[in-house]
Amino acid sequence: MARIAGIDLPKNKRGEIGLTYIFGIGRSKAQYILNKAGISYDKKVNQWDDDEQNAIRNIINTEFKVEGALRSEVQMSIKRLLDIACYRGLRHRKGLPVRGQRTKTNSRTRKGKRKTVAGKKKAPKK
Amino acid sequence: MGRSIKKGPYVDANLDGKIVAINDGKSKKGVIKTWSRRSTITPDFVGHTFAVHNGNKFIPVYVTEFMVGHKLGEFAPTRNFRGHSGTKNA
Repeated sequence: MARIAGIDLPKNKRGEIGLTYIFGIGRSKAQYILNKAGISYDKKVNQWDDDEQNAIRNIINTEFKVEGALRSEVQMSIKRLLDIACYRGLRHRKGLPVRGQRTKTNSRTRKGKRKTVAGKKKAPKK
Repeated sequence: MGRSIKKGPYVDANLDGKIVAINDGKSKKGVIKTWSRRSTITPDFVGHTFAVHNGNKFIPVYVTEFMVGHKLGEFAPTRNFRGHSGTKNA
């Protein structure tokens, strides 16, 4: 059982994959960490001994911002955009795509489920 | 792709000149009317008010230190969407 960066305990996965369960660590950072700690990518999370776990913990604590700290940083950045009322902030406020994507169709991730407008006629056939 | 750091931030020369003149006390403070939406806000701009053109009229923008690094145009929206006809919450 490995418990790293607060609440995360992935197990029965290869170390390279297991580490990506931590918010803020993806494949490349996971590989970087394991390289630095001198652990094989293929070693399962539950096979790490205490020394290896501590090495990983040390690297994460000193070099990366993860989980809560990272989430709050993201929130702060968005809040800054909202407060200065720049274009990107306005898009965040309206829940629309921020980086200039089209909104005539798609962008459902930002806009959420379709809201049908009553009384809108369908295009006639033919 | 972002702008090369080597070049430094882009500011229209005439606008930069005006700011420098005001900060040196050579001309008096006031609202600076500008069409230069493409100019980056530098630390020299902080505390000034700009009237930024949005294609139709001039939008007053008071520059704070958090705005440094953005462009003037980001604070003067060019589109005004009032909602579709028939929708209640416009």
